[in-house]
This record gives sequence, C-alpha cells and structure tokens, in this order.
Amino acid sequence: MKQDVVIRTVCRLVVPFIQLFALYVIIHGASSAGGGFQGGVIFASAFILVGIAFGIADARKRISEKMTVLFSACGLGIYAGIGILCIIFGGNFLGYSFLPLPFPVPEIRGLAAEAVEIGIGITVMAVMTSIFYDMAVDEEAA
Amino acid sequence: MIADHLPVLVVVLPLVGAFVTLLAGWADRRLCFPIAMATTVIQFCISLLILSQVMQTGPLHYNLGNWLPPWGIEYVIDQLNGFVLVVILFLCVLTCLYSHRSTPSEIDEKKIPAFYTVLLLLVTGVCGIAVTGDLFNLYVFLEISSLAAYALVALGREKRSLVSSFTYLVMGSVSACFILLGIGHLYIVTGTLNMADLARVLPPLYGSTVIQTAFIFFIIGLSIKTALFPLHLWLPDAYRYSPSAVTVLLSTVVSKIGVYALIRILFTVFTPAFIIFEIPVMEVFCWMAAAAIIGGSVLAISQTDLKRMLAYSSVSQMGYILLGIGIADSLAVTGGILHILNHAVMKGCLFMIAGSFIYSSGIRSIEDLRGIARTMPLTAAAFVIAAASMIGIPPTVGFMSKWFIALGALESGQWIFVLVILASSLLTAVYFWKVIEYMYFREPGTVCAGTVSTARDPPAGMLVPTLVLAAACILFGIFVSIPLEVIEPFVTGILGGT
Repeated sequence: MKQDVVIRTVCRLVVPFIQLFALYVIIHGASSAGGGFQGGVIFASAFILVGIAFGIADARKRISEKMTVLFSACGLGIYAGIGILCIIFGGNFLGYSFLPLPFPVPEIRGLAAEAVEIGIGITVMAVMTSIFYDMAVDEEAA
Repeated sequence: MIADHLPVLVVVLPLVGAFVTLLAGWADRRLCFPIAMATTVIQFCISLLILSQVMQTGPLHYNLGNWLPPWGIEYVIDQLNGFVLVVILFLCVLTCLYSHRSTPSEIDEKKIPAFYTVLLLLVTGVCGIAVTGDLFNLYVFLEISSLAAYALVALGREKRSLVSSFTYLVMGSVSACFILLGIGHLYIVTGTLNMADLARVLPPLYGSTVIQTAFIFFIIGLSIKTALFPLHLWLPDAYRYSPSAVTVLLSTVVSKIGVYALIRILFTVFTPAFIIFEIPVMEVFCWMAAAAIIGGSVLAISQTDLKRMLAYSSVSQMGYILLGIGIADSLAVTGGILHILNHAVMKGCLFMIAGSFIYSSGIRSIEDLRGIARTMPLTAAAFVIAAASMIGIPPTVGFMSKWFIALGALESGQWIFVLVILASSLLTAVYFWKVIEYMYFREPGTVCAGTVSTARDPPAGMLVPTLVLAAACILFGIFVSIPLEVIEPFVTGILGGT
C-alpha cells in the first residue's frame, strides 16, 4: 500500500525533524519538560509515519521486529545497569551521586539521569514500534 | 553490603529477568523456563531473608536514589509486607514450576517466551506493590501487574479468553482510574505521596470532604481489583478462560496483592481512628463481605464447570478476608490476614488440580469427573485435602482463619457474622462435596469414559507443586503459630490503641 507522492515526499522531509525533536525531548527530560517516555513515543512516531506512508514492509526494512526486541532489552539494560552500578559503588539503587566520574556531584547526577532517560527512550521507542507492527500485521494479510 | 539492598533487588531482579528471558527465548525457547524459575527462586530466598531481618530488627526502610523521604520514593517493609511478600513469592515459585508442563498444551509454542516474560513482569509488579511505601509508586506497580495479568489471560487458545481479557481490562482500568483519582485528591490536599508522611499529615484533615471523597475512591477502586461481591463480574470469565498456570497466579498472587493494598491504605495511610470513628465504613464493609461470602457460595453451587465453581468460591473466600478486616477487632484482623496465606495455599492447590484434570483428561465439567479418583488417585486426594480446608475442617488451615474471624466477631458482639460464617461453611461443603462425590463414588460415565479411563496423574512437574500446597494446607493448620508470630506484632501495632 503506497500513498500519494505528496504524502511520501512530505514524510521524507519531516521524519528527520521528528527524530531530532525526539532526541531533544529525551536529552532535556532531566532538566525541563519532556523525558524518556515522551521522547521515545515521538521517536517511534517517525517509524509509524514511515509505515503509514511507505507501507509496513518499508518500515520493517528500517527497523525489523528483531531489532525492536533487542532495543527494548537494551534500553532496560541501561536503566537497570546504572541503578545496579550505583549499588556497587556504595549508594542506593539509582543513587547517582555515588558514581565515580571525574565531575562535580550535580553534573554526575545530571549525566546519569540523562543516561537513564536515554535508556527509557530506547525501550519506549522499540515497544511503541513493535505494538504498531503487531497491530498492522492483520491489515496487510487482509 | 548486599543485605541492605534486598528491598530493591526483589523488584529489579524480575524486571531484568523478564528481558533476559525475552532475549534468551529468541535464541532457544527452552531457555526461558530455567531463567524464570531461577529468578523466582532467588526472589523467594530474598523475601525470606527480608522477613527474617524485619522480625529481628523491625521495619526496613530503603531510599531509592538516596533521596530522603518524603521527597524521594521510599520502600518500607514491615511484618505485613514481609509476610505478604513471602506468601506471593512462594506461590510464584510453585506456579512457575507448574507452568513448565501445563502451558505447552494450552498456549502456542511461539508464545512461550512471551508467557515467561510477562509472568516475570507480573512478579515485578506485585513485588513492587508489596515493598513500596509511596502511594503513587503503588499505583504504578498496580498498573504493571494488572497490564501483565490482562496479557496473560489473553494468551489462552480459546477465542473467549480474548473477550474475558478485554472485560478484565475494562474493569481493571475503571478501578485504576478510581485509585488514581483518590491519590490525586490526597495529593492536592496534603502535597505528599509518602504513606508514612500522609498518615502524619492527615489526622487534622479528617473532616475534609476532599479527603473523604478520596477515601471512597480508594475503596471503590480496590473493591473492583479484589472482586468484592457486587463488583466481581470480570472474575469468573477471566479465571475460566485463562491457561491453568495463569488462573493459579490470578487467584493467589494478583487477588492477594489487591487485598494487601486495601489493608495498607485502610490501616497505614488512613488510620483506624478514621475508618472506625470518623466515617463508619467498616460496618458497610462487613455487610458487603457477608454478602460476598453467601453470594459467592450460592453462585458456586449452581456452576457446572469446575474452574468457574472455584472462581465463585474465590469471591466468597475474599469475603472472609474482608470480613476479618471489616470487623476491625484484633483477633478478626489476625484471622483475615492469616486467610491471605490460607486462601492462597488452598485455592492455588485447587486451581492446579483443575488444571491437571484438563491436562490429563481434557475434562472441565464437574459431572464428567465420574470415577476419576481411580485413575488419578494422588490428584483426587490433594483435592479432598484442599476442599476440607476450604470448608474449614479442623486440622487444616481453613479452620484456623475462620476460627479467628468468628472469635473476633463474638468478641466485638457481632454474632450475626458468626452465623454468616457457619452458613457459608455449610454451603461450601455442599459444592465441594458434589465434586468429591463425582470423583470417588460414581461409576465412570459412558459418555466420556474414554478420557477418564486413560487419565493418569500429571507429570511430576505439575504434581509436585500441587502436593506441596496440599501438604501446606495441613502443615500450616497444625503449626499455625509460625504465621501468627509474624502477623500478631503487626496487628497489635495498628490496633494496639483501640
């Protein structure tokens, strides 16, 4: 199912900006409005747009279902990994200030929080995309 | 060092385990079960360590991210949490073991990794509810466990399991809305979400309409979650159409954690001073519980499907727990909390047996079970033990909790509820005796003689957890002092003054 040429062209133009905006929302999540979840959803919406405009097969070529599984596990790994690193370095779970990085404490907190947000963003992006694939399968078959 | 972090590890472990299972299932489906099993076993060990720490040194506090409460999220574990955590993880371990043999015949082979992943997410949710001391965190974990439960119900092969999962989803979402509204109201008035902090800030505000509205929202929301009698409509279908192992999980782990959340909000966030003296909600609770006990039993008698009968019996048994809490006498509350353990053990055992019948003979209806005791002797024997416990025959656990609740009712002068318990015990005897009669005293019928005569006791993977639970029915009945030792300090702690 291929859409009109106007729709395809506009999509091709818009997708990079959607993704850039998603990254912006993720990175600014720790200090201002936004965050991993919102950014992840916006990032996934880029794939969903591609799926709608160019067909599911084309979207699958860019990010396959196996990749979504891998990404969702990776994002969670980042989140849990940072939490457990904090425990290893003597803090509580997600006690960022205990991470031995060569920066002042507020910066370590900010960096670690952003890393966690990125992890959440990756997982949300992957899961949203895979939900879209799951719901789209029957449409294609029918 | 690691001992200080047990409260958070019990939640993080299954979360990580879930995604490891997902990745491992990609490589080889057979890896999923050992990973899930190992995760739940380690968690069970952790929960035992936590309980022993709580018993020795008093409540454990854990500040996530080193943020001090009430700003940060705090995990608090006292005797009640510790007890509930051990009970639910015990059942999780046994269900996980049971599911290894029971699920392949009930769900698509392709969905096995998804099954174990969602199962571990469910465990994450319920453990989170059990350990958290933060009201909003409790809501988040409640959603995690509920969403996982909807997905597990939908895994059944029958078309109806999708429908029942959808009904469950709608009812569950309505209940989650009520709970979230309740939390929102409390937060608007007090500006805090930490349970201990709320308990400290709330007493001067007990007259406020907003607080009372919030309280009503909590009660309605959690009543739907725990399927209190008039709000139980989602339950029979969800139990009937989900895979056996999922039914066991729903009836033991998920329903018990709902009751735990209710107790926590009634007694820790709102204090007995509010729920007994400010608005007399406990009396209403008692009558609703009494209606649940009798109504559930009567509906159970009219069922022809074994799993549905057990589901209605669950409605009735949840009534006992809520009756014990509603009477709000220290003996009755002890009985109610004890019944969390007892009902988990008994109902877990019975649903495992119902699953074994389906596995070995394909029989779901009670009338087709004619003479099955001859071909499945061990399973039938376990059924008799668990049924005796449900009725409340002395050396079993079921007797002990009913005894305590009845004593509490007498002590507070509410003798009418003793009659309710007595009447319900007789009704319970009626519907369980029907099954026992068909199993032992009827000749195998002609219609489905083939399936009964070729049925055998299920493989060890399913039989062992069933027999462990049947043995637990008797052991905890004789050594009832062991769970009581944990429950009593909590009950005197909350009701000491009244």
